[in-house]
Amino acid sequence: MTSVGSFIMNKATANRFTPYIFLLPAAVIMVLALLYPLGYMIYGSFRDWDPSQSLTESTFVGLKNYITLWNDPNFRESTLVTLKFAISVVTFEMIIGVGLALLLDRNLRGMSVLRTLFILPMMIAPVVVGLIWRYMYHPTLGVFNRGLKSVGLESVDWLGQHALLSVIIADIWQWTPFIFILALAALQSLPRSALEAARIDGATGWQQIIHIKLPLMMPVLIVTCLLRLIDAFKVLEVILVMTEGGPGLSTEIMALRISRTATEFRELGVAAAMSNYLLIMLLMLTVLMLVYNRYMEYRASRAMLAARGA
Amino acid sequence: MPVIKLEDLSKSYGSVEVLHSINLEMQDAEFTVLVGPSGCGKSTTLRMIAGLESVTGGEIFIGDKPVSHLEPKERDLAMVFQDYALYPHMNVAKNMSFALRLAKRPKKEIQQKVTDVAEMLGLTDYLHRKPAELSGGQRQRVAMGRALTRDSATFLFDEPLSNLDAKLRTQMRAELAMMRQRVHKNMIYVTHDQIEAMTLADRIVVMNAGHIQQQGTPEELFKQPKNKFVAGFLGTPPMNFINVSMIRESDRLFLRGSGFELRCDNHTTDRLRNSRSADILMGIRPCDLNYAPDATADHSIDINVVISEYIGAQSVLIGDCGGQEVMVELKSDTPIALGERLRFSINQQDLHFFNLNDDEAIS
Repeated sequence: MTSVGSFIMNKATANRFTPYIFLLPAAVIMVLALLYPLGYMIYGSFRDWDPSQSLTESTFVGLKNYITLWNDPNFRESTLVTLKFAISVVTFEMIIGVGLALLLDRNLRGMSVLRTLFILPMMIAPVVVGLIWRYMYHPTLGVFNRGLKSVGLESVDWLGQHALLSVIIADIWQWTPFIFILALAALQSLPRSALEAARIDGATGWQQIIHIKLPLMMPVLIVTCLLRLIDAFKVLEVILVMTEGGPGLSTEIMALRISRTATEFRELGVAAAMSNYLLIMLLMLTVLMLVYNRYMEYRASRAMLAARGA
Repeated sequence: MPVIKLEDLSKSYGSVEVLHSINLEMQDAEFTVLVGPSGCGKSTTLRMIAGLESVTGGEIFIGDKPVSHLEPKERDLAMVFQDYALYPHMNVAKNMSFALRLAKRPKKEIQQKVTDVAEMLGLTDYLHRKPAELSGGQRQRVAMGRALTRDSATFLFDEPLSNLDAKLRTQMRAELAMMRQRVHKNMIYVTHDQIEAMTLADRIVVMNAGHIQQQGTPEELFKQPKNKFVAGFLGTPPMNFINVSMIRESDRLFLRGSGFELRCDNHTTDRLRNSRSADILMGIRPCDLNYAPDATADHSIDINVVISEYIGAQSVLIGDCGGQEVMVELKSDTPIALGERLRFSINQQDLHFFNLNDDEAIS
């Protein structure tokens, strides 16, 4: 009786909890789909764990997996390849994407068609992209080598000797459009009159880009860059299809090594530890992005306050 | 400072011509105000002079040099924009010195210029603030400062005060007028606000629908408007227009409207000699109607007062004169009541006359 009474008494409190009741389903899904696997992975990374065992049958080994990996030259090589890959693709994609956006930020006829064409690579499934490029890079049948041959040049061993370069080129082809559309959107939302003022102040096209356009686009560009960087660290399918990480370890990026450790070497614990290393790297990038956003918000709010006070 | 001349200047967007053969000459160190309702082509004209808008036909001369094919920076002009167009990522000092820095002037000179102009505009304390950290009026001042620092021969203003609230606008208008005294440059100023035009201009150019309606000193335009548009555009409250017919009775001329008949004196008779039609439009400003209960009928009109708008020392009465709306300005302490029929005397030299068919003034 008293509990019912207090329930009625606390109707106001109950009302306050209503929003959380509605949030509950989403929270449950999040726990099941995100936190549970994540916890499972972290838990597994401390164990010596074969796919034939259930997790409870595996033995606890402490930080052994992490330490083994830290000292494993192959893992280091793989980390290095991932870093090389991510940094070089993002650098080139930023330069080409922003450059294209600066060039195409004008009212050309058929611009909308052109824009759609530009973002097509992004819409193709990664596996298909991998297949297309693998055929194009084929030593004898590929369009690149046939092209070189027809103008009388030596053929290039694309996926052998220059495997990393080749996958970098393919990734640039696929993801430059992402940077391009975001940069174009940023450009088109710039204040027109500030650019006109710059023209009157005597800025040439280049000076407008360097002194006005790029600084004003910078917040968007930084976020774009970080998003792209996070993505580049996780790339898998295209490289899997094109080179399977080879030859040797030359294109074995982390995601690929993780999947091979789990399936070929049957070391789930080590694979989980490796995933955690990757996760930590990505978390650092994400935190960097959040800190940047917070900083910008803080600056904007301070500016608002100053304006109101003035 | 060079004379700026527009010759048969025209502008089309696609097949639509928005400016029709504008001819205009702006003298040395003259403050010219282009004024007109929105869409009249005044801003387009200014932007063409600035070089931000391409020229469809005709030519712009600065000095003796045709400039319509030149980039803005080769025209030696500075411009103040309606939305200030400050560079958001630069502080006030950087904003003001941008042009000089691009021109690679010596650091010392730039420093000096910025300090001087900031001093003049009261911006010294704000030199290190970003535009977002300034109030509207301060931003407006920075925009002005950026133009002044350039030291160019010609200043262009594109509705610089219209983003400010009413009180600030009045204050900035006065400051502009003061700056005008100190800075002897060519100034071309676009506005839709006729008070700004009247107070600031050496010369007003009234534009409508892509044509120049009339140009001249504020006084000329106010006293001798060339057509009905100019007469109605300048002055608040606007001029009243009343249809009248000319009637000749035993060699005296009368102007008959609905409900009144004015007897013309010799001067007015003379002015109306050239009218082609007997039916004309009579214009009279609200301030020229004098409350005079005892005036004789042939020198006055009677008005039914419908609304009285109290604005302090003056009130504006909106009344009805034979079906046409008439506004009267009079002292607020005049003892009148709404719904009353009041008599106002007219001084005939205050009357303006226009043809009904083409709205041109009769003279």
